[in-house]
Amino acid sequence: MSNDPIHQFQISKLVPIEIGGLDLSFTNSSLFMVATVAAAAGFLFLTTSNRGMIPSRLQSVSEISYEFVASMLRDGAGSQGMRFFPMVFSLFMFVLVANLLGMFPYFFTVTSHLIVTFALAMLVIGTVVVYGFWKHGLHFLNLFVPSGVPGALMPLVVLIEVISFLSRPISLSVRLFANMLAGHITLKVFAGFVVSLGSMGALGIGGAILPLAMTVALTALEFLVAFLQAYVFAVLTCMYLNDALHPGH
Amino acid sequence: MDEKRRPGGPDQEGAGGETENGRADSLEARRQRLDAELLARRTAETGRGSQKDDRQGYALAVKLSSEFIAGVIVGAVLGYGIDRLAGTTPWGLIVFLILGFCAGVLNILRSTGAVAQPGAARAKPDSGRGDDDGN
Repeated sequence: MSNDPIHQFQISKLVPIEIGGLDLSFTNSSLFMVATVAAAAGFLFLTTSNRGMIPSRLQSVSEISYEFVASMLRDGAGSQGMRFFPMVFSLFMFVLVANLLGMFPYFFTVTSHLIVTFALAMLVIGTVVVYGFWKHGLHFLNLFVPSGVPGALMPLVVLIEVISFLSRPISLSVRLFANMLAGHITLKVFAGFVVSLGSMGALGIGGAILPLAMTVALTALEFLVAFLQAYVFAVLTCMYLNDALHPGH
Repeated sequence: MDEKRRPGGPDQEGAGGETENGRADSLEARRQRLDAELLARRTAETGRGSQKDDRQGYALAVKLSSEFIAGVIVGAVLGYGIDRLAGTTPWGLIVFLILGFCAGVLNILRSTGAVAQPGAARAKPDSGRGDDDGN
């Protein structure tokens, strides 16, 4: 077993594929993305296949997750936002299941790679921009023009607003990525202390209790973070979609 | 209710000067008692919830730093790109880096709720709450 806390994030090619000079290999990251989608879709499909009027326990888990995202979207983007429900729900379930799958020992955490979270964030921002321009035309640019700013300052303020808008996908992706990366490294480092202290004889085994307790506590915390980050990602998605739906009439 | 709890409250009502004096005294005493109680409660709370505060502080740190860094990075990338396209080598980077810092500060102020969200004031009065409900 490797004691290197970064080792868990290494990408390894499972099925090397190269098309036209592009490396399209099926990696362990791809495998866990497929597993995430399969787990989320399979769970939702199997638990709702009964369609009981009185839901079973698992069916109510699916229904709760639906209600949770739906009310989040209604609060964040109004009832018009419900047309984006499939996207927000898919994003939420993907991030949540990917985070939770990453909690298994020896599993790969998909969301601990910046490029994955950045792609998800670009999907959100791309939807906001495309839908905003399609629905409101150039009126969408009103988003960058705050009211009550003196004319001389306007170009500067608009420029800052544009940069602030462009920084959204970065902060959205960096937040999810940094939380997952930092959490998993911390967990691995503390678990590594247990092993290296445990190999130092009787005194070491006594001392290893402390990092072991810390690891247990951190594991619980990581489950919380896994859920919280999926929630934050979905909430921010709703907020940005709200801008696309209502760009400051 | 308050009148009755005050030491020597209702029965001193007759003599004017004495009442004023007694009231000031009791007010001072009550204020000191309140301060002491608040202090005790505050220390008790910080002692109990220090681990939780650490955790929330860490979450807040990740949130705010990601907002700020994102603004700076976008400013730097934009400036560098404009320099490469227009050949104005140091100036685009300088100007847009400064604007990026401004945007980063604006992002932080928005995410802490100190400044309203763009368009929120006009579109929906209740949507200016920011994203302060998680990390």
